[in-house]
Amino acid sequence: MSVALVTGASRGIGRATAHRLAEQGYDLVLHGHGGAGAAEAAESLAAKFGVTAVSAAGDIADPGTSKALVRLAFETFKRLDVLVINAGTHAAGMLGMTDDATIERLFAVNAAGAAYTLQNAVRLLARAPQASVVLTASITGTHGVAGQAVYAASKAAVVGLTRSAAKELGPRGVRVNAVAPGFIATDMLDTLDEAGRAERVAGTALGRLGTAEDVADVIAFLVSDQARFVTGQVIGVDGGLTL
Amino acid sequence: MSELQRLRDAFRTALDLPADAPVDDLRYQDNEKWDSLAHMSLVAAIEDEFSVMIDTDDVIGMSSFDEAVRILGKYGVDVK
Repeated sequence: MSVALVTGASRGIGRATAHRLAEQGYDLVLHGHGGAGAAEAAESLAAKFGVTAVSAAGDIADPGTSKALVRLAFETFKRLDVLVINAGTHAAGMLGMTDDATIERLFAVNAAGAAYTLQNAVRLLARAPQASVVLTASITGTHGVAGQAVYAASKAAVVGLTRSAAKELGPRGVRVNAVAPGFIATDMLDTLDEAGRAERVAGTALGRLGTAEDVADVIAFLVSDQARFVTGQVIGVDGGLTL
Repeated sequence: MSELQRLRDAFRTALDLPADAPVDDLRYQDNEKWDSLAHMSLVAAIEDEFSVMIDTDDVIGMSSFDEAVRILGKYGVDVK
């Protein structure tokens, strides 16, 4: 049985991804910032799909959190095949109106947290016959969005991490890709006002916000054998927002 | 097989050294075969052999065979 670790799995894209992977028979290690969401997800998915699912909580900005998650995977399953680095935080604001604490937190969670998670997991991943990593980036990190400069910069770091890690880990049999969601109807979008939301939807070719499942399906593809020759790619899941 | 012999074999296999090569005095980057890439293979081989997960700080600090012995002790493996 293959094993997947999903960070930020309490809700939204992470939760939907955990659901898709459980549906496909993956055993799971789920992470949430607070304990309740990930624990509930693990219990629910295990009951529904008959997989083994364990969970742990913690701030992904603390390297000890991802270290503990990988150790949990090792102690429970002795292997790790798939890593989905999805834990993130969002804050919008004009550059001149973004305080120091917000800048530090965005980079600590979105950039450093992703790097810690990949760093701590890579040796266990490299032992798997076909290991795959998917990171959640953002169209803000690939194209830029006014009013989200710092968030965009933290997600641009995820893009750099993805491409560099793909080159570094490819020879060890580990594929590394990212998804770049556009505007997805998750809790993170709550930080945008209604006018901002309407404007984004109007700019989307498909004329709607995305769903967490729209993104989860692409992640499930990227970790699958169907994507066996795909690495170092950042796949937009944005309904045509960036066209 | 003793833990010491298992560790020696892990070094030889991971660093692609002959089966009878002396390894007890090896130091990181003193031997041409123990470079940064080989280091990751070596750590993976030690983890596999002793069924442990070595923290990143210890991976970085594993600068010699003796240091590997000391680090494994932290994870409950008494190499003698």
